[in-house]
Amino acid sequence: MARVEQAGLPAEPRTALADDLADLWGSREDLPVRVVSARVSTAHRLKEIWRARELLVFLVRSELKVRYKNSFLGFLWSFLNPAMVLLIYYVVFRYIEHTQLSDFAVFLFCGLLPWNLFNTAILSSAGTLVANAGIVKKVAFPREILALSQVGVALSYFFFQTCILVVFLVGFQVMPEWRYLPEVLLALVCDIVFSAALALVLSALNVYMRDIEHLIQVVMVALFFAEPIVYPYSSVQSHLANHGLTWLYLANPLTAMVLAFQRCIYGNVKSTATTPSYTVRKGLLITHIVHTPIQSLANYGTGFYLELMGGMLAGSLLLFYVAMLIFRRVEGNFAEEL
Amino acid sequence: MAAAVEVQGVSKRFRLYEEKYTSLKERILHAGKVPYHDFWALKGIDLEIAHGETLGILGRNGSGKSTLLKCIAGVLKPSAGEIRLRGQLAAMLELGAGFQPELSGRDNIYLNASLLGLSRREIDKSFDDIVAFAELEEFIDNQVRFYSSGMYVRLGFAVAVNVNPDILLVDEVLAVGDERFQQKCMERIHRFQKEGRTIVVVSHAPDMMRQLCNRVAVINSGQLVTVGNPGQSIRRFRDVLMDSDENTGAVPAVEIEEGSLAAAPAPPPSNRKVRIVAARLETDHPERTNMHPGEPARVVVDLEVTSELSQVVFGCSLWSQGDDLIFNYEGAEPRRLPIGRSQVTFSFASLPLLDGSYSVNVKVQEPAGGTVHARMEPAVVIPVENPGLTTGMVSLPLTVELTTGTGQSEPALVDQLPT
Repeated sequence: MARVEQAGLPAEPRTALADDLADLWGSREDLPVRVVSARVSTAHRLKEIWRARELLVFLVRSELKVRYKNSFLGFLWSFLNPAMVLLIYYVVFRYIEHTQLSDFAVFLFCGLLPWNLFNTAILSSAGTLVANAGIVKKVAFPREILALSQVGVALSYFFFQTCILVVFLVGFQVMPEWRYLPEVLLALVCDIVFSAALALVLSALNVYMRDIEHLIQVVMVALFFAEPIVYPYSSVQSHLANHGLTWLYLANPLTAMVLAFQRCIYGNVKSTATTPSYTVRKGLLITHIVHTPIQSLANYGTGFYLELMGGMLAGSLLLFYVAMLIFRRVEGNFAEEL
Repeated sequence: MAAAVEVQGVSKRFRLYEEKYTSLKERILHAGKVPYHDFWALKGIDLEIAHGETLGILGRNGSGKSTLLKCIAGVLKPSAGEIRLRGQLAAMLELGAGFQPELSGRDNIYLNASLLGLSRREIDKSFDDIVAFAELEEFIDNQVRFYSSGMYVRLGFAVAVNVNPDILLVDEVLAVGDERFQQKCMERIHRFQKEGRTIVVVSHAPDMMRQLCNRVAVINSGQLVTVGNPGQSIRRFRDVLMDSDENTGAVPAVEIEEGSLAAAPAPPPSNRKVRIVAARLETDHPERTNMHPGEPARVVVDLEVTSELSQVVFGCSLWSQGDDLIFNYEGAEPRRLPIGRSQVTFSFASLPLLDGSYSVNVKVQEPAGGTVHARMEPAVVIPVENPGLTTGMVSLPLTVELTTGTGQSEPALVDQLPT
């Protein structure tokens, strides 16, 4: 008898937890009440999105599956574009501009990772509501899921690209600075929230103004150079400081993310500038090659990064909240606009 | 118990633009001066649908019935008012909406069912049922783009009904697949009814409504005209239909006149070509209030023709009290109707009906289901009293004979059927 009771014990907390969850999210048994109205609270919306999380997974999975199935090279196509970007910038900056950063490919990759996540998420989510007009018009589900699923797709690419980065790191024998990993994770969360917020707004607005999709592509090209991805932060730092624009440059959440990624992954790479110097000794001109270490990354401390990241995360969350409000405001007319 | 669906003061405004600008450039160019007018597709609808009820929403094309259903489904957000739904909802606004042609049937079941709000575990559980219901066992791993249109809708329907919703919304999608599959769909709907689920059906086909629904709501120009038992509502719907044929727009404020043995005159709008002035029942025994089963009966209808009609047919139908159709005749040989008074007599050589009161509806219309010029519903009501022992609706001649093992035949028992 005692044995039975003991065996039954561990199950106790789990059922209690399940009950709590059921209370929180509602279960089939107590017939959840759904309200269709012009005014629904954001908390209610978030709850609905949370309930549809499995749908999100299915949508991401089927999106990947469709892309994979449809073409000869399948999944690889989606990496062709980032790979090309990497290759072109590498060639241009290494062999034409003669950058002094060592392991320049790794440096590029660090910046491209958070950028690609943002870029892919925004570009593909802008058109998603229009592309999925069929279900938006006929099926009731939280439409935010469509935009969010594109962020999910971008996130899965991010993870695949991270795997490739690992290969690079091994190849170039670069060891990341693991101490800074928490900031990277924070930056990743920031990146996801920020992308999701913009994805929501842009996908919703694109229903009403279909050229937004094209506008974004143009803006993205410009935005790419607003972060120290292809050039080191140090090369702009003094210019910015001279004009008092450092705050503006750092207000771009993507800059903060790129810096965090670089600090962790590229932080251990030492770059040196090689400059010839001349001295005259005993009437002879002697040429030395001087190796001076150069500061390629931002020379800020951890406190600064945490502050920056915290600010960015707070800003992104606020933006996400506003995005939800905007989305909800215009969502009511999707079915008739499409 | 609270209602399954509460619709409170729901209005929906559509903004109709004379020209639609769908780009940022155009919006900036035409900022602030886009001509539009508001169109209220729904105006202050109040409706309660109880748990376990099957409600039909009947209306002409463009009356707002589908808009209401879409609002209930949550696809459209009402401009004012709110809708409360209690329970899991599945809406069949379009079958197979959201199927991804590149994916297999299996993946699409998961995708579609989760779009409808099912969890992964629930889908796992009903997956086999869905496949069996759609009869797609062999093709479930094929890409949906290779499916025939029949397979496509079958899969869509199978997913929707296997969601096991507490509230099911159906928008004229039951007419899918071949007859056998339709039968299966209807069976499933009936099972839902028996299980006490709430169903809301939208249609412009009154006959399906009569078979399916407990209550029918009639919507015209965005307003709720009436909610009531199917027979009553359908009659009202026909009034609305006819009136809007003549003077489009306004909802008529005519109350339905309950049929009696004496005829109820149809509302006489001036531009109607034919008017049914009166209708009466003639029997062989005018001294009795009730007819007996099997007696002959004649329905005499007086018409007033104001403009000559070259080809019309006369139809009549017989309905039970529960609004089941017993008999329907749509008219065959087209006749000419000259201006003036005319009389049509529908003679039943025998009316083998049992206890109850039966309505006869009559109509004058163009051949082959064309325009209805005039109708009267009901034209007459026939009360029948059965002096015999049988119960039911129809009196069938029956003898019962017993043959025992001894080879002797008992005399046949014959019910006392007056002939």
